[in-house]
Order: sequence, then C-alpha cells, then structure tokens
Amino acid sequence: MNSRRTSRHLRLWQVLIVAGLFTIWHVTTHPTLLPPLYFDNPNKAAFFFGQPLEVLSRVWIWFSSGSIYEHLWVTLLETVLAFAIGTVSGLVVGLWLALSPTAAALFDPYIKAVNSMPRVILAPIFGVWFGLGMASKVALGVTLVFFIVFFNVYQGVREVSHTVLANARVLGASERQLLRHVYVPSAMSWVFASLHNSVGLAFVGAVVGEYLGSSRGVGYLILQAEGTFDINSVFAGILVLTAFALVLDGIVTLAERRLMLWQPRSGETERI
Amino acid sequence: MQAAPALALEHITVTFVSEGAARFTAIRDATLVVRPGEFVSVVGPTGCGKSTLLNIAAGLLTPSAGSVRVFGEPLAGLNRNSGYLFQTEALLPWRTALDNVTIGLEFRGLAREVAVRQAEGWLLRVGLRGHGHRYPHQLSGGMRKRVALAQTLILDPQIILMDEPFSALDIQTRQLMENELLELWSANRKSVVFITHDLEEAISLSDRVVVLSAGPEARPIGEYEIDLPRPRDVAEIRLTPRFIELHTKIWQTMKQEVLKGYEQQKNQ
Ligand SMILES: Nc1ncnc2c1ncn2[C@@H]1O[C@H](COP(=O)(O)OP(=O)(O)OP(=O)(O)O)[C@@H](O)[C@H]1O
Ligand SMILES: [Mg+2]
Repeated sequence: MNSRRTSRHLRLWQVLIVAGLFTIWHVTTHPTLLPPLYFDNPNKAAFFFGQPLEVLSRVWIWFSSGSIYEHLWVTLLETVLAFAIGTVSGLVVGLWLALSPTAAALFDPYIKAVNSMPRVILAPIFGVWFGLGMASKVALGVTLVFFIVFFNVYQGVREVSHTVLANARVLGASERQLLRHVYVPSAMSWVFASLHNSVGLAFVGAVVGEYLGSSRGVGYLILQAEGTFDINSVFAGILVLTAFALVLDGIVTLAERRLMLWQPRSGETERI
Repeated sequence: MQAAPALALEHITVTFVSEGAARFTAIRDATLVVRPGEFVSVVGPTGCGKSTLLNIAAGLLTPSAGSVRVFGEPLAGLNRNSGYLFQTEALLPWRTALDNVTIGLEFRGLAREVAVRQAEGWLLRVGLRGHGHRYPHQLSGGMRKRVALAQTLILDPQIILMDEPFSALDIQTRQLMENELLELWSANRKSVVFITHDLEEAISLSDRVVVLSAGPEARPIGEYEIDLPRPRDVAEIRLTPRFIELHTKIWQTMKQEVLKGYEQQKNQ
C-alpha cells in the first residue's frame, strides 16, 4: 500500500473529526437551533459551554488587533527560561551526584522528598518571593523541569556501558575528557529522550503561574475572562494555548531529529 | 643482556569477590611473558579467564597476587603502552566512525585537522574509506570491528591486546581481516597478545601459542613455538603439513580442557 496516500487519508479524517466536533459544539450551544435538551433556558448552554463561532472570532480579534502577541511572548519567554534553567541545573546536579556516590547517598532522601512533593503548591509562595512578574512563573517551571532532567541525567550516567568507559580510558582520556566525551553525551541522550516532557512541564509551570496571579501572559487572559464569566474568551485562550503547545512540541521533534542522529531508529530504510 | 620483555605477567592470581556470592578464583599462578615484537596467542575454553588476563595486562584490573611488568617497569594503574581491542562493543555510539578513530589523538591534544588526516589514512587501511561519516549503529559488526582496530592502532601502541576480535565474523571476512592484521603487524612489529578460542586462528597468526586450562583457577598448561615461515596467508597455511602437525599436537592438550570446561559449565 502507498504510505503517502495512507497518511493523506489520515490527515483528511483528522480534519473531519475536528470539524465534526466543532459542528456538534455549535449545534448544541446555538440558542434555539435545537429544542432545549437539558437546560430550561435556551441561552444557558451558550453561557456554560461558549459558542464555537464566538470563540473563533475572539481568537481572530486577538490576532488581527495584535493584542495577543504581548501575552504570547511573555508565556513563551517564561517557558523557554524555565526550560533552559531547569535543564542546565538538572544536568549539572545530575552529573555531580551520579559521579560522586557519597553525595548521592547523602542527598538521596531529600531528593526523593522534594520530588514527591506536589510542587504546583509552591506557586503562591513563589509569588510572594519573586513578585507577580515573570520570575515567579519561571521559578515554578524550573522546579518542574529540574527533576525530570535530573533523574534522566542520573540514569544516563549510570547506564554508560562499562566497555565504552574502559575503552575511553585505555585510549587515554583524562577524567575531564571522560566527562566531556563519555558521561555528558550519554546523559544528553537521556535528556533528549525526555525533551517533550520537560518542555511540556515548563509550559505548564508558566501557564499555571500566570493563572494564579499575574498581569500578563495567556494564563492571565484566561484568568481575567473567568472573572467576568466570559466563557468564550476562556475557550479562546485554551485554544490558543493548545495550538501554542503543539507548535512547541513540533519544534522539539525537529530539534530531536537534528541532535539524535547517532541513535538507531526503527524503520530507517527508504521504500523505492 | 637481553632486552626486557614487553609484557611480563608473573604468578598472577585473580580472585573475584562479589556480594552475596562465594569468592571465585578465576586464575591461579599464571605466568605469561611476551617479547618485544612477538605475536602470542592465548587459547582456552570459554569462561576460563582469557579476558580477565587481558584486563590485567591493560591495567584495568589489579591482580590479587603476582606482578605485572611492562618493558621491565612494574605496572601501576593503566598500561599506557598498550592498545586494547575489546571483546564486546566499545565504540562511542555518539561519534561517527571517523570521530571514533580520531578520539585517541584528540585525548592527546593533537589538532583536529591533523587527527582527521591520520584517521582518514587508517580508515583507508582497514577498508572503510567513505564510511567515516556513519555512526556505529549504521555499520555492520565486521565494520565496527575494523573501526575499533583503526581506533587502537592509530595510537601506535607498543603492545596490542586483542580479545577475540574476529570471532563474530564469518569465515571469509575473518580470513581477510586476519591477513590484513598480519600485514599491518609485519610492517611495524609490535608485541601482540591475541585471545581466541579458535586454535587454527591462533596457529596461523602467531609466533607462539599459549594454552590455558579450563577454569576456575585457570593457568597456562602448554606453550608452543610456531615455526611456520612468514609472510603467511592464513588460508593457505592451514593446508601445510607442518600446520597440521602443530595443530594435532596442541589439540591433544586442549581437548581435555575443552571437555572439562564444558562439563563444568553444564553442571553449574
Ligand atoms: N567481575 C567479575 N566478578 C565475578 N566473576 C567474574 C568477573 N569477571 C569475570 N568473572 C568470571 O571469571 C571467569 C573468567 O571470565 P572471562 O571473561 O575472563 O572468560 P573468557 O575466557 O574471556 O571467556 P570467553 O571466551 O567466553 O570470553 C568466568 O567464570 C567469569 O564468570
Ligand atoms: Mg572473554
């Protein structure tokens, strides 16, 4: 079977499903289009669930007037900063603990404790410490990203093949060269494997932080709309966030392809 | 006075202690001396301690008792005079074939361009020209062995330790590689310790064959000078009467050990 055609069929179906969902949404919420199913008042469905056309036009206004860009930019910046800081610190601490067993043994219970703590709870505290600006959101994202990266680096260093390590030593590597040419690449492969996860969590940290108190960002837009019972804007915000997350995920996938060339992937043959 | 041996393992005993298991003496009182420029093969049944002995020679493992001397000097830490071809996969998977070959030179602080030029020469010599950009997982098992060979030989070690380097290859490729190895070796004679469980391979390559007894407590139980003329072709030399004579003689010693080793592993 032609795989190109299969994937085109797949795309068509995916679009149809979205269109179908929106149609159902529209039909069930548009006042007086259907006899009331559940609510006694015909406007109540729209009040609780919004209306797709309204939601889309809200999105359209945000983009055409340009008012959304400032918020998107803030959320993006928070996500990127949280991701970068969390990854670098996770990498450093992970390498350090994996390479010095004494430190690992000493800190083990604390790491377990901090990791099992529901860290979203920290958001209000960060708000107090770092104010309502970007810093508190970045801090929340960092606490989420750090542990993912940390555990993967830790694992990556421990999984380094014994023979590869011995080989590098025999070939003359100093301790620093071992770190740079053996431990870090091995750890990085695990970090990349968790890239989707950590970018996703950086994003969650940013949005949740904004939602709990801020003056800018997409999370703030949603918070504001909820304050005025503007359900259509809430849904519009969610829609924008979803699209944004998909774009981020796509970028991660591209980065992964570039950086993980050396790893075997299944199905690398080309069909002719 | 005679020059000091390149490698002298004297009265080596190796006892492994692992948690929750009884102590295990893999090698007891083994002595192996390799002269400069000599090609020595070590044969023995599987699991007898051949890799262990080589790890001792490379300085990756410290013997429980006995001494290791390299060109007369007692060995402390890694053996800086030796190159090691491991039995299992040892290439860095995140480096291309070319970068794997250059890495030893880079560790020594050579400029990248110089290292690359030399590495390209070595890839050519092991028959991998044009494969330098591939990652290990994109190479066949035989190709990976050849990259590993280039990776080791580019550093021009005085002592080359090889642990069953060709055992995963089919017989034709294997004979090609054996001939290539002999050619490389005779151009620039270094000491070689070549581990194998294939007696024919051992005889056709070496100046001397050492037979290890079955483990535990393995030790050399026979040494045989191989007086076959060089240069040799590993395929043709197997048909000569002298080869067959040597093979018969060594096999007499080895046979009992192989059977013993097999019985032991079966009964474990
Ligand atoms: N780190 C270790 N701890 C405990 N026992 C070990 C260890 N390494 C090797 N051994 C044991 O020592 C013996 C010799 O192992 P070795 O790897 O040297 O065998 P070998 O002769 O190279 O075998 P093969 O031909 O199959 O490669 C084996 O019985 C093995 O189980
Ligand atoms: Mg072995």
